[in-house]
Amino acid sequence: MRKSNIETAGNQPWIIVVFIILSLLIIFPLLYVISVSVSSDADIARYGYKLIPQNFSFQAYDYIFRTPKGLLQSYLITIIVTTAGTTLSLLLTSSIAYVMTRKDYRYSRLTTFFVFFTLLFNAGLVPSYIVATNVLHIQDTLWALILPYGVSAWFTMLMKGFMDGLPFEIIESAKIDGAGEWGIFARIILPLTKPALATIGLFYALAYWNDWWLAMLYIQNENLVPLQYYLQRIMTNIEFLTKNMQAGINVDMSAIPAESSRMAIAILAAGPMMFAFPFFQKYLIKGLTVGSIKG
Amino acid sequence: MRIWTGLRNEGRQFWRSKSLFFLSLPALIIVFVFYYLPMFGIVIAFKDINYAKGIWGSDWVGLDNFKFFFQSQDAMRITRNTLLLNGMFIVIGTFVSVIIGLLMAELGRRWVRIFQTVLFFPYFLSWVVVGFITYILLNPTYGVINKALEWMNLIPVDWYSNPDYWPVILTLTYLWKNVGYTAIIFFTGLIAIDPTYFEAASIDGATRFQQIRKISIPLIAPLITLLVMLNIGRIFYSDFGLFYFIPRDAGMLYSTTDVVDTYVFRALRVTGDIGMASAASLYQAIVGLVLVFSTNLIVRKFNKENALF
Repeated sequence: MRKSNIETAGNQPWIIVVFIILSLLIIFPLLYVISVSVSSDADIARYGYKLIPQNFSFQAYDYIFRTPKGLLQSYLITIIVTTAGTTLSLLLTSSIAYVMTRKDYRYSRLTTFFVFFTLLFNAGLVPSYIVATNVLHIQDTLWALILPYGVSAWFTMLMKGFMDGLPFEIIESAKIDGAGEWGIFARIILPLTKPALATIGLFYALAYWNDWWLAMLYIQNENLVPLQYYLQRIMTNIEFLTKNMQAGINVDMSAIPAESSRMAIAILAAGPMMFAFPFFQKYLIKGLTVGSIKG
Repeated sequence: MRIWTGLRNEGRQFWRSKSLFFLSLPALIIVFVFYYLPMFGIVIAFKDINYAKGIWGSDWVGLDNFKFFFQSQDAMRITRNTLLLNGMFIVIGTFVSVIIGLLMAELGRRWVRIFQTVLFFPYFLSWVVVGFITYILLNPTYGVINKALEWMNLIPVDWYSNPDYWPVILTLTYLWKNVGYTAIIFFTGLIAIDPTYFEAASIDGATRFQQIRKISIPLIAPLITLLVMLNIGRIFYSDFGLFYFIPRDAGMLYSTTDVVDTYVFRALRVTGDIGMASAASLYQAIVGLVLVFSTNLIVRKFNKENALF
C-alpha cells in the first residue's frame, strides 16, 4: 500500500535537502552538549561554548566519577520508579480497560464514564497537592513518585480501543470450560494484548523515566531525588553536585569545572535514553497511530 | 418498600458480577483518590487556609480569594500569556508539522526511516534536558548565539533578562521538541491513504502538487481538525516544563513567560499563598472545562465521528 504511493513520488533531491537541514537543526544542539562536556573550563571562559573543543579535557567526567554517589543514587531511584511504576500502571490500566470492554458487565459503561470524566475536569494542582500531602501523607516516599501516575485516563482509553477488537467468543468458551474471570483475564486476555501492553508500557515508562514534576512537588529527602530532578537542581545550582559527597573530603568549590560538569552530568543522565531510543521507536509510532485514529 | 426491593435487586446483580468489579477495584481506587478526592478540595478556594485550624476548620471567605486574584495584575498577565503562547504553538505547530508530514510522504522508505528517527528524537528528552540545550545557546557570556553575534560585530543580548524575545524563543523550543512527533502522526495518516486515488489522478495527468492539494490534504483534514480541537480544548493548560525550565524561572521574564500553571506552582510552593494559588487553579479548571465542552460541541456539529463524546 505504502510502496505504490512512494513509487509514484520518487525521491526529489530538494526534499532530502530540506530534511537534512531539519536533522542538522536537531543534531547540532545535542552535539554542543557533548563537546562542552569535554572542554576545559579555562577554554570555555576564553572561547565560549564551541562545537569542537579547543583542547579535549575529561576533567568533568573525572570529577563526577570520583564522587558519583549523588548521580548513582538518583539513577537507582529512577530505575526503581520506572520499573515498579510501569508494572503497576500496566496492571491497573489493563484490568480496568478490560472491564470496560465487557459488554455483559453491568457497570462497564459506568466504569468508562468514571475514568473518562477525569479527562474533562481536573480539580487542579492545589487540591491534588493537599490530598497527597495532608490526606495520604505520601510526600517524601517513593509512592509519591509512582501512584499519581498509576492510571492515566488517556492510556486507559487507548487500551480499551485495543481490547475492543478482541473476539468475545473466546471469553464465552473459556467460561463454559469453567474458567473464572480473573483466570480469563490473566491467562487469555493479557497474552492476547501483548502488543498493546508493549506500546502503552513504553509510554508509561517514558513518563516515569522523564518525570521531575512529582519530585519537585513532593520530594525533599536527598536520597529520593530521581534523575531528572537531580539534573534540574544541578542546573540551578552546581553546588548540588558536591552535596551528596562523602563526608570528610574537603572540597574546593573553585576547583570544580562547573560549566563542563553540568553538561557531563546531562550526558550521563540522558545518554542511556539515546541508545535505547531507536529500539522503542517502532512500538511508539504504532501506539500513536492507533491513538490518533481512535481519538 | 419499593426502594428497598430495588436496592436488594441491585445488590444481587452486583454480587453476580463481583469478580469483574473486584478486578477493576484497585484502578478505581487510584482514580478516585487522585482525581475525584481533589474535587472536594475545590472548597479551599473559598477559604482562608490556616494550617493550625486544618482545611475544614479554616474560615470561609467567600469570593475574597478570587477578588484578590482578579484585581491583581497577575490574572490578566497569565491569562494573556497562556492564551497567546499556546495559541501560537497550535497554529504554527500544526502548520509546520503538516508540511513536514506531507514532505515525509514524498520520501522513499529508507530515507523515511532515517529522518523519522532523527525528528522523533527530541520528543524523548525531558524539558530539563532541553533546558540544558537552550542554556548552551542562550548563555549571555559563553552562549553560542551571543558568540555568533560578537563574531558578526553585533551587540550580544542578555537573553535571560529581556522578556521581549521570549515568545519567539519559547515557540522555537516548542517546535524543536514537538514538531517531529506531530509530523509523524500526520505522516502515518498520509500513508494510510488508498494509493489507487493517486494512481487514478496521475493517469488523468495531475501533477504531484495537485495530488497533494486535492487528495492528500482533504483526506487528512479530519485528523488535523481532531488534533487542533484537542489542543484548543486544552489551551488553558500549559506544558509546565517548557515555561519553567527554558526561561529558568527568571523573574525578569515573567511578563512574557508566566502562564497559569507556573503561576499556580509558584504561589503554592514558593510564596506559599494558597488562597491565590487555589483561586487561579480553580479558574483554570473551570475555563478548561468550558473550552473542552465548547470545542467538542463544534466538532460534533461538523462531524459526529470525530467528537470526543
